Amino acid sequence: MARVVVDVMLKSEILDPQGEAVLGALPRLGVTDVSSVRIGKRVEIEFDENARNVEEQSRVIADQLLANPVIESFAISIEGA
Amino acid sequence: MSARVGVVTFPGSLDDRDAARAVYLAGGEPVALWHDDAQIHGVDAVFLPGGFSYGDALRCGAIARFSQVMDTVKAAAAQGMPVLGVCNGFQVLCESHLLPGALVRNAHLRYRNRPARLRVETTRTAWTNAFAPEAEIVLPAKHGEGRYVADEAVLDRLEGDGRVVFRYLDNPNGSMRDIAGVANEAGNVVGLMPHPEHAVEALTGPSTDGLGIVASVLAHLSEGASR
Repeated sequence: MARVVVDVMLKSEILDPQGEAVLGALPRLGVTDVSSVRIGKRVEIEFDENARNVEEQSRVIADQLLANPVIESFAISIEGA
Repeated sequence: MSARVGVVTFPGSLDDRDAARAVYLAGGEPVALWHDDAQIHGVDAVFLPGGFSYGDALRCGAIARFSQVMDTVKAAAAQGMPVLGVCNGFQVLCESHLLPGALVRNAHLRYRNRPARLRVETTRTAWTNAFAPEAEIVLPAKHGEGRYVADEAVLDRLEGDGRVVFRYLDNPNGSMRDIAGVANEAGNVVGLMPHPEHAVEALTGPSTDGLGIVASVLAHLSEGASR
């Protein structure tokens, strides 16, 4: 069984207000030496035992659904393939 | 015979009733369309209303794009049928690649609901031809993910081609270049974040400017019919 992890991140040029909000909260934790926080999504996908073309299908899923290429980039890692 | 304007209901749509009522008040015939039905029942135009289709799962509009009805709407839009997307409907149009750009979380992270002052930047679309050039209108805005973004080249092209349709006078969400609504190249597909369907009666809206949107498409359709 192939397990695929897709990480989806906002592109660097897109403002990430959630990351900014987290960054703004860090001094209240006593952490003052952080310059940037960016928040993304991690998607875990489990393919059936006999699934074929896992890499190709993962790419279709990531490119056409999980990430919006206008604002996001993605990285795919396949475990136990 | 009045023009038939389809209003799509997705799971999680909220403004479909108001959209249908706006069509009716402006003199059109609203026709209910269903997300899971590829048939659009001979409508002359389509209105994608606001709400939270499919619970905004993944990204606003990302799942609605794959609905049965959207296959037909996409094909009809390519043939020139007027399509309007408001709020979540705008997000669906961007996710469906019928309009460029994307709508992301408001820069200040807050849900913003208040009347928005807009300038109608072009009257050369199926949905804005009834307005005076550079008309200033007021429509309610209510969204958490309404910040319009696109890369600079796309923004420049939109500006150059006159496809920025509405611009905020007081940008409520951090949208790039104060953009509140855009059109496709042909001008038949328009999306905007603020809600024309909530500005159709003095009793409930901040203006009746929303009627101009529906009046525009009715005029556009009758012009086409008399050609």
